[in-house]
Amino acid sequence: MSESTDDLFADSVERLLRDQCTPAVVRAIEAGGDPASLWNALSEAGFCDALVPEEHDGAGLGLAEALPMFVACGRYAMPLPLAQTAMVRGYLARAGVPLPDGPIAIAPAATVASNGAVSCHHVPGALVAHWVLAAVGNEHWLLPVADALRTSTGIHGSLAADLSWPTVPASTLKTSAPFDALAAGALVSAAQSSGTMARIFDLTLAHANRRVQFGKPIGKFQAIQHQISVMAEHVAAARMAVELAASGLGFDPDPLRVAIAKGRIGEAIPTVAAIAHAVHGAIGITAEFDLQLYTRRLHEWRRAYGSEAYWYERVGRARLASDATLTVDFLRSATAARPTTGTAS
Amino acid sequence: MIDALPLTAIPPEDEALRDDVKRFLVEALADIPAEVRAHSWTGFDAAFSRRLGEQGWLGITLPPAYGGGGRSAFARFVLVEELLAAGAPVSAHWIADRQSAPLILKYGTEAQKRQHVPPICRGESFFCIGMSEPGSGSDLASVRTRATRMDGGWKLSGQKIWTTNAYRSHFMIALVRTSGTAEDRHAGLSQFIIDLSLPGITIRPIEDLTGDRHFCEVFFDDVALADDALIGAEGEGWAQVTAELAFERSGPERLYSSIVLLDAWVEWLRSQTPGDTESLRLLGRLCSHLAVLRALSVSITGKLSRGESPVVEAALVKDMGTEIEQLTATLITDMLGRHPDVSPPPALERMVNYVTQISPSFSLRGGTREILRSMIARGLGLR
Repeated sequence: MSESTDDLFADSVERLLRDQCTPAVVRAIEAGGDPASLWNALSEAGFCDALVPEEHDGAGLGLAEALPMFVACGRYAMPLPLAQTAMVRGYLARAGVPLPDGPIAIAPAATVASNGAVSCHHVPGALVAHWVLAAVGNEHWLLPVADALRTSTGIHGSLAADLSWPTVPASTLKTSAPFDALAAGALVSAAQSSGTMARIFDLTLAHANRRVQFGKPIGKFQAIQHQISVMAEHVAAARMAVELAASGLGFDPDPLRVAIAKGRIGEAIPTVAAIAHAVHGAIGITAEFDLQLYTRRLHEWRRAYGSEAYWYERVGRARLASDATLTVDFLRSATAARPTTGTAS
Repeated sequence: MIDALPLTAIPPEDEALRDDVKRFLVEALADIPAEVRAHSWTGFDAAFSRRLGEQGWLGITLPPAYGGGGRSAFARFVLVEELLAAGAPVSAHWIADRQSAPLILKYGTEAQKRQHVPPICRGESFFCIGMSEPGSGSDLASVRTRATRMDGGWKLSGQKIWTTNAYRSHFMIALVRTSGTAEDRHAGLSQFIIDLSLPGITIRPIEDLTGDRHFCEVFFDDVALADDALIGAEGEGWAQVTAELAFERSGPERLYSSIVLLDAWVEWLRSQTPGDTESLRLLGRLCSHLAVLRALSVSITGKLSRGESPVVEAALVKDMGTEIEQLTATLITDMLGRHPDVSPPPALERMVNYVTQISPSFSLRGGTREILRSMIARGLGLR
């Protein structure tokens, strides 16, 4: 795919989300409103099939090419698991599983009890998903959310929940095709976090230049300037981290690259959110002001699919296990350009 | 807002340099212990610099007509990354190679280029930079050292301080006042190439807190300079210095000051079984930061190679990079102290103590953290 086609895709995502995924729409869906209209618009635009191979009527994009869509989902506080759905549909199409309708969430993990009960903990987007993909042993199950007991794990407006089923539902689809669901979830949450951070940065910069105290915009005070500079550093690092995580032409996320990005971004999130709220003052704490839509998501994504404590440990283990004497050589091999690994033609 | 920096790959022809550099360094550094190499780019070894010159690796991006290698900014990134990863003693030629030669090529006369650049590329001519004075640190425009016109040249009086390597350099490029007063700020400043062997110059090294001698006081007592000591245009010194600092802030040396320590710690961790979770987590954290910073630094190198001047982006990366360099020492210390009954090798202890003690300098040299953050804020449109 050429760069211009890439830009075309990114532009069309940007346009649609700007028109259809407004803060009012986000709030309505988070308040329990019907998400069908937004979902249909996303679906009809083909965004759910961005990663589905062309021979299955998808756009046949690789991860790197789909990344702008994931980032845009973060920038517009997407209230539906569009990025997750795109990842899972790409996987299912390659596995030869018929593609189901509706939004698909990804479970960080699943447990099956001895009595046959199935449960998935802390699933982002669970309250608006029709399906959830969960790794069970060597298989991946696509479980129907409508049949599940849903217990919210988030705060006001959050769509994350625990899901449980007394027995395995009859409509569950199963496949044994390999897939790293945790890495896929971590990648989409890191990518969306990067977009959300960029949006929070814009809001914070605008507020600092607009809000007047002591007779001048607070952005003129060095204490504020330096905090916003630190935020800009994290935003730039987060964007590069997800570019690295999704780099290469393939479809399967590389767990080490994802680990680097999810860890780095997870570490940045509390700082970025704290600076944004510090600069905004009391207005940033209100439900009415948009900032909360974004900072809530950052905290939720930091926790989801493994926090920095988990992913940093994995990076540390990989470093120790590598043959490289020099850390620089380890970093180079971990982030080197990858050959095509996906089946996209 | 700053545009996202594009993920950039080092071109294969420049990557190809890496193995040659690795092979050379294995042999050249065989007798230098890790704790000496941990001094990173402050390690001074004139003979080593001359050997790099023989390899064609000094002035690697400069035009061959002046003794340079004629290669890209990416080739320099690869070379510098390998030198720093190995802890090679690069200090002797460092400033001349990174800043002085490019400055002379940009602003110098043909005669100045012919005189200075080829010896720099041979590793025979070392430079220092005279910026700070006792009353001028971050507020550089307030310099008071003055060059006054006289027959056939200039008379120089004043004092510089914190001048790295002045006592073992051949030349200094100094920012001095040629007209007006300190109140005129950016106007009336000029740059001079000063031969440090001239009469009237006194240089005193200042011992640092680790016992090393690198920075110096330099006194100019009515030093007679020839006409051709002026570099660039009279009164344009401020603009020239600003451009020079962009070279200084953008390279991998802002990420890797603690890398030799990090690798020594990795070697120690490997000898410990089983690896403890806290240490693994810190190791992963440092590696993750470095992977992202390296990608940002390569991206900035790409911008430089396209002739752009990513001043704000370079400041972002330097600020983040120096923070991680500093954290490396303080957090490894914490991990080494996690098990009071276990004794790491004394050399590793000395190394981590050295880096801890010298690490405040990482966010002073090349523009302090506070100055960088103010530059970033201006670049973002906060005024």
